[in-house]
Amino acid sequence: MSELLRCEDLCKCYGHLVALDHINLTVESGKIIGLLGPNGSGKTTLIKLLNGLLTPSAGHITVCGDEPGVQTKKAVAYLPDTVFLGGNMTVRQTVNLFDDFFDDFRPSLAYEMLNRLNIDPNARLKTLSKGNKEKVSLILTMSRNARLYVLDEPIAGVDPATRDYIISTILNNYNPEASVIISTHLIADIEQALDEVIFIKNGHIVMQKSVDEIRTENNKSVDELFREVFKW
Amino acid sequence: MDWHLDKNRPLCPQIEEQLCVSIATGEIKPSDRLPSVRELAVSASVNPNTVQKALESLEQKGLLSSVRGSGWFVSPQPQKAKEIVNQLIHARTGTYLEAMRLYGCDREEIIRIVKEWTP
Repeated sequence: MSELLRCEDLCKCYGHLVALDHINLTVESGKIIGLLGPNGSGKTTLIKLLNGLLTPSAGHITVCGDEPGVQTKKAVAYLPDTVFLGGNMTVRQTVNLFDDFFDDFRPSLAYEMLNRLNIDPNARLKTLSKGNKEKVSLILTMSRNARLYVLDEPIAGVDPATRDYIISTILNNYNPEASVIISTHLIADIEQALDEVIFIKNGHIVMQKSVDEIRTENNKSVDELFREVFKW
Repeated sequence: MDWHLDKNRPLCPQIEEQLCVSIATGEIKPSDRLPSVRELAVSASVNPNTVQKALESLEQKGLLSSVRGSGWFVSPQPQKAKEIVNQLIHARTGTYLEAMRLYGCDREEIIRIVKEWTP
């Protein structure tokens, strides 16, 4: 087991707003981790910091031992929570783009998944529904052979059957050398697949625990505990 | 395999229990090779580490053995699995009867209800 992510006293402020307040966190390999928190709790800020899209206001963040940069982007497969592909591209062109960009990209795996989800590689992205666009982005991300997968809200916009397929894709792709961080608020759908959860609230880590520990200690599902911790 | 998992309880012991029942009932045959950890995890939509833990625990109980490089095998003796399932049956029956007594049912009434439910 090796350490893939470490945050030490990590802070991020936007002007007066403190989005992350002294976060301390480590993530080891071989785990599927849920990053859970209500809207505006700091999930996406944390994810952007680890992808080098933001720089910390204070503290440190390292991915596979390095500060976020070119080197770490080779190791991290990142699915943003916004559309990042041009609408005029065909699905096939996006596959080629990823193949050009990333050494670890596996085009055959991407086509296999597209086929399973009935997505035509010759379709232009702008002609696809919102859910199908999200599927394409997720397929591209999961087709990399990365050390750390970071999925920001991967299941929010898709139907329940696809949700199940996505979860089984994540499980099928499981590799003891790699870890997956999934940020979501749809906990009930995904909690069985998780090893660990990180609860984040107002920029603080409220809890980082193994999922079976939560069930043993509280006699309740992670979803129920979440509703309790984040009750208004 | 069909899985029935309750998210309110730890998943690992539930997986252990269901595998144990499958071995005891002969759904999984003695000396059979189990599907891989990944396949089991996908079929139950649970984390592979959870499955791994369940298999290791069943190994300690003597129901399975792992062969490096070729996977998990069911013990040639299903007797041990049957014993464990038997214990589970008795434990569940005990809690059921305890609850019925609390509700004021006597022996005859319990027998009558069970007969009604299992025509």
